[in-house]
Amino acid sequence: MAFAAFATAEAQPQAPRKSSRIALFLLLPGILYLVLFFLTPLVSLLLTSLQAPLEYGDIGQYQYAFNWQNYVDVMTAYWPHILRSFGYALAATVFALLFSYPLAYFIGVKARRWPLLQSLMLVLVIAPFFISFLLRTLAWKQILSDESFVITSLKALSLLGPDAHFTGTPFAVIFGLTYNFIPFMTLPLYTALERLDLRYLEAGSDLYANPFTVFRKITVPLSMPGIVAGTLLTFIPAAGDYVNASRDFLGGPDTQMMGNVIEANFLVLLNYPAAAALSIILMAAILVLVGVYVKRSGTEDLL
Amino acid sequence: MAVREFAERGADLELVGIQKRFPGFTAIENLDLTIPAGSFFALLGPSGCGKTTTLRLVAGLEEPTQGRILIGGKDVTSTRSHERPVNTVFQSYALFPHMSIIENVAFGLKRRRIGDPLGKAHEALRLVELDHLAQRRPQQLSGGQQQRVALARAIVNRPALLLLDEPLGALDLKLRRQMQLELKTIQEEVGLTFLHVTHDQEEAMTMADTVAVMNKGAIEQMGAPAELYDLPKTAFVANFLGQSNLFSGEVAGSTDTAIAVDAGGARLVVPKARAHRHNGAVTVGVRPEKVSLHVEAPVPSSERNVLGPGRVLDVSFSGVSTQYLVDVPGHGTILVFAQNTGSGPSVGVGAEVWASWLVEHGFGLDDGAVEVERFAADDSTTSIAAQRRDDLVAELGEG
Ligand SMILES: Nc1ncnc2c1ncn2[C@@H]1O[C@H](COP(=O)(O)OP(=O)(O)OP(=O)(O)O)[C@@H](O)[C@H]1O
Ligand SMILES: [Mg+2]
Repeated sequence: MAFAAFATAEAQPQAPRKSSRIALFLLLPGILYLVLFFLTPLVSLLLTSLQAPLEYGDIGQYQYAFNWQNYVDVMTAYWPHILRSFGYALAATVFALLFSYPLAYFIGVKARRWPLLQSLMLVLVIAPFFISFLLRTLAWKQILSDESFVITSLKALSLLGPDAHFTGTPFAVIFGLTYNFIPFMTLPLYTALERLDLRYLEAGSDLYANPFTVFRKITVPLSMPGIVAGTLLTFIPAAGDYVNASRDFLGGPDTQMMGNVIEANFLVLLNYPAAAALSIILMAAILVLVGVYVKRSGTEDLL
Repeated sequence: MAVREFAERGADLELVGIQKRFPGFTAIENLDLTIPAGSFFALLGPSGCGKTTTLRLVAGLEEPTQGRILIGGKDVTSTRSHERPVNTVFQSYALFPHMSIIENVAFGLKRRRIGDPLGKAHEALRLVELDHLAQRRPQQLSGGQQQRVALARAIVNRPALLLLDEPLGALDLKLRRQMQLELKTIQEEVGLTFLHVTHDQEEAMTMADTVAVMNKGAIEQMGAPAELYDLPKTAFVANFLGQSNLFSGEVAGSTDTAIAVDAGGARLVVPKARAHRHNGAVTVGVRPEKVSLHVEAPVPSSERNVLGPGRVLDVSFSGVSTQYLVDVPGHGTILVFAQNTGSGPSVGVGAEVWASWLVEHGFGLDDGAVEVERFAADDSTTSIAAQRRDDLVAELGEG
């Protein structure tokens, strides 16, 4: 055996081994980074999620255990929040896609003839990033509050009932999520559509496909990598978001998402195991959903 | 609205006063063209002369700035491309990268809801000998294979009018000949109308019933291949379709049947029936294979035009024929192709020779006096090579 191993090792050409060693060396910082800042917290989170309260301890004092009951507890206590998180995130993703696709199509395809307009519109898509999203979300809270000009005008026009609210409703939260993640949807869509070769569309219409069929059979499949990237970049952070749904921003007591209950358990209730278990559930659920989605959309290369 | 059935037979195509202007550039000016149903029509021209633009106008992918397009007598100028009974083999293939080969070929059939699209697609793939690759993606095919798929994808629809934009450009010579034959057979069998764009003059001449030579957005001359070759109308055509020896001069006299041109001191006679102009400044020419060389001054006769004496600058042997470059003072360089039948004189570089040709082999152009620039108007590689050699020879001659 040993001899055989030796022989094959000898027979290996030198160059690839050297280059693979160099590749490993170049990967080292990345691997170290991941171990330090991803794996360590993840393991710590996993361990925390299984902790049990310290016997005779104070509130917020826990000891390491294998208390998987935590998971059952948070599931029973917070299943509406879990469902709500994914529901809101899904709705926001769909709205962001519906809004962003025409926008990205215009910038990436129609505006090709005017590069200046193209750059200008891209800057406008990115411009919101120049202001913290907390401030922008707060601004929306002001704009849409019950005393605001928008809401009072709508009430005056009888488009809203006299005691209707906007802030604090699911609509407000979904609106906020959609608004905040639109750039994350638009940019990958733009990148995909900007590369779209219009000759394929011409070939489609030459082969008797009407504009709608060309869009459905050619444009959409060819921009699929952008759609998948955009929806993932929107859905994943939206599902874990705790700002828009927070009572301090656009949410209310009935719109709390997983992020909010994780925050409350960590910072207010000091129930670290529950918060950790919820985080793990959120992560696992997203992983599964994304895996299925990417598999279904036929863009495995992205993973 | 889309065409739901296979075309019974080809449709005729008529372009009336077509003009196409791009911002800052006129690609086509005033193009009139009629292609009878069921014919194989070749559009021949150098790169950038507007061939692809013409096809795009017919396919409806580009709108003419002016003029009308009629297919089968019906005005389709404002019909959108998916409603025109036309298919295109694109110069860049444009195979859908996200579909397999078979899906690509069946695409048009499915859009028209024609029965058994996959069966018909397989049949079309068999025709181009690619059925075994039906499940592959276009990226996994070679350039020539992609080109054949593009061909199958268009032909399978049996359109009344098939537009082919250099459909055989990426194929090797053998496959090219084979596909030319295949195309011709399909076209004759079904009686479709083919509009075939190429810059390969040999392909155009062997395949087409009618050839139109296009230059700078206009058609210079149109007709049967032999007719075009035998009697070119302009210097461009004379040199784009094969090569020509051209001589400019004034008409010095004429009879009922012929004109005599004084070209640099020599008297060249051309039959009136073969000359587009009969007075003033004219350009006359003769094909190099019609010229014969003599080592002694030929006896003057009314049947032959004679130039000489000149000096042989270059002899190149190419198997079936030998090509001579002869410098005749006052007339420039004359190109002569001699069949290697063993009967003609064999002369070497530097020999003193006379060139002559039968009066009925000459032709008179419609151009008036042209700058007799033998191969310049042509972009094809052989003539560029010939031009290079010509320049080189001229340089050597001076030195
Ligand atoms: N969209 C466009 N805008 C401006 N000019 C164009 C456009 N499309 C084509 N042209 C110009 O029109 C002319 C004709 O182009 P076309 O593609 O028809 O040439 P072609 O005869 O097909 O040449 P080739 O043999 O190289 O394919 C070219 O000079 C080209 O630069
Ligand atoms: Mg072209």
